[in-house]
Amino acid sequence: MQRPADRSTELHDCGHDHVPASGHHHHALDYPTMRPFETDALLAARGVTLSRDGRTILDHIDIDIGAGEIVTLIGPNGAGKTTLVRVLLGLMQPDQGEIRRMPGLRIGYAPQRFDLAPSIPMTVERFLEADIRSKTDSIGAALVEVGASRVRHSQLTHLSGGELQRVVLARALMRNPQLLVLDEPVRGVDYAGEAELYTLIGRLRNERGLGVLLVSHDLHVVMAQSDRVICVNRHVCCSGVPETVARSPEYVRLFGPEAARALGLYSHHHDHTHDLAGAPRPASDPAPSQSKAT
Amino acid sequence: MEPFLIRALAAGLGLALVSAPLGCFVVWNRMAYFGETIAQASLIGIALGLLLKLDLTLAVLAVAIATAGLLILLGRQKILPLDSILGIVAHAALAIGVIATTLVKGVSVDLMGYLFGDILAVSTDDLWWVYCGGAVVLAALWWIWRPLLALAVHEELAAAEGVNRERTKAIFILLLAITVAVAMKVIGILLIVAFLIMPAAAARVFARTPEQMAILAAVIAAVGVCLGLVLSFKIDVPGGPAIVVVLATAALGAIGFAGGSRQRA
Repeated sequence: MQRPADRSTELHDCGHDHVPASGHHHHALDYPTMRPFETDALLAARGVTLSRDGRTILDHIDIDIGAGEIVTLIGPNGAGKTTLVRVLLGLMQPDQGEIRRMPGLRIGYAPQRFDLAPSIPMTVERFLEADIRSKTDSIGAALVEVGASRVRHSQLTHLSGGELQRVVLARALMRNPQLLVLDEPVRGVDYAGEAELYTLIGRLRNERGLGVLLVSHDLHVVMAQSDRVICVNRHVCCSGVPETVARSPEYVRLFGPEAARALGLYSHHHDHTHDLAGAPRPASDPAPSQSKAT
Repeated sequence: MEPFLIRALAAGLGLALVSAPLGCFVVWNRMAYFGETIAQASLIGIALGLLLKLDLTLAVLAVAIATAGLLILLGRQKILPLDSILGIVAHAALAIGVIATTLVKGVSVDLMGYLFGDILAVSTDDLWWVYCGGAVVLAALWWIWRPLLALAVHEELAAAEGVNRERTKAIFILLLAITVAVAMKVIGILLIVAFLIMPAAAARVFARTPEQMAILAAVIAAVGVCLGLVLSFKIDVPGGPAIVVVLATAALGAIGFAGGSRQRA
């Protein structure tokens, strides 16, 4: 699978603090005209805006996810990441803006929380038995793919957090999706499991050419695998390849210099030229040479 | 066997077959008190039916649906939690229902009969209602089983996978209302929810899949009806309460068994 041409090197940096003050229209200034939809995107949104109880949750958000592309949505808690995912999935209607899905798009979704009511008896096997009943052992294949064959006959409520994540991912894969949407897939997973999960996601992208939308509030491993990182705090604060975002002062302000250093440690293995101490640069500063940390 | 006993058995078994799988969803969706509120409100339906000379089952069905609609509307407010709303509506409905039945002139209303059922007095007409209504409920439940189960497992995931949330839930509530209406004369307004959730609770302990739980619940409910009727006949106690005592023993016994085996494990 050929990676799509990298169209994700732009750096949008707002360059000022975003107190959730009412009525700031900087995005209208940033984008005098809305960016047109890209024709090859699996899923795209333009100008998505949503308010609840007088509070702006999403403010003119643009996003594109193409085939074979890993897009990571990062942002602090309460930044509207999950709300944005729900809007993109069509579970919520935005007040303004437009969502476009490729016609016939199949989405595999792994939600952030999966708390099965203990009153429902459910084996992993039964849980995976969705609409598809093929003669080949597609359940077995999906479980092998996510490395969870061992739990096939277990009750869902008896699984560990990591096992449950894998099983939910297996269910998403069984729909043979073109786009995977994974909301905080490493929540409650230990570090080794996390790395393994990201390796798996990377492999799915490479082998099947899946588009992947990852949601995360935790960064260093994610960023290395992503083609594009979109930093959200109600609005899109900054976006670009992982290292561009990590260098953005807006990002440092949101996550603190700790997070930038964590990324620095990771990408150190790949690229020795960057100083990621987190020193803020002016917003007008052009992004320096970018390299993919994969 | 006496004809009235055969009718009682037929009504009880028919109801067991319908209410057990439906009751599984009541348990899974934490809707026991929702069902209870609809059931208590059906006393208003009985009073209305008697006052306006309507068919009682249809009158109860109409009031049950209206109550469900009211509960859904009230559930959207954010001041009080849902259990408080249900407590208010359930008891208000019961009080209004009792008052309304006293307004019925001419005939004396057998309040106890409606509240606790009179399974040994089930008529052939009642049997028709149980079997026709029951067949409709079972067929519809079969039809919406997958989406309804998907919603119970994870609502967001189900919606993302294309399940029509509103329609599926509305159909389920309609089925619940129909079941309340046809069960009313057999088991009584105040015992309907017991008939729904007790077999499901007992079955939960032994089932490994949702389908196993539904089938096992139906078997437990059927056995409970038989044992309860035998008990009622032998020692001359009311039929509906006897069945409920048997089912409660099964449910609590199963839960105790599960707790005991977990501690040993």
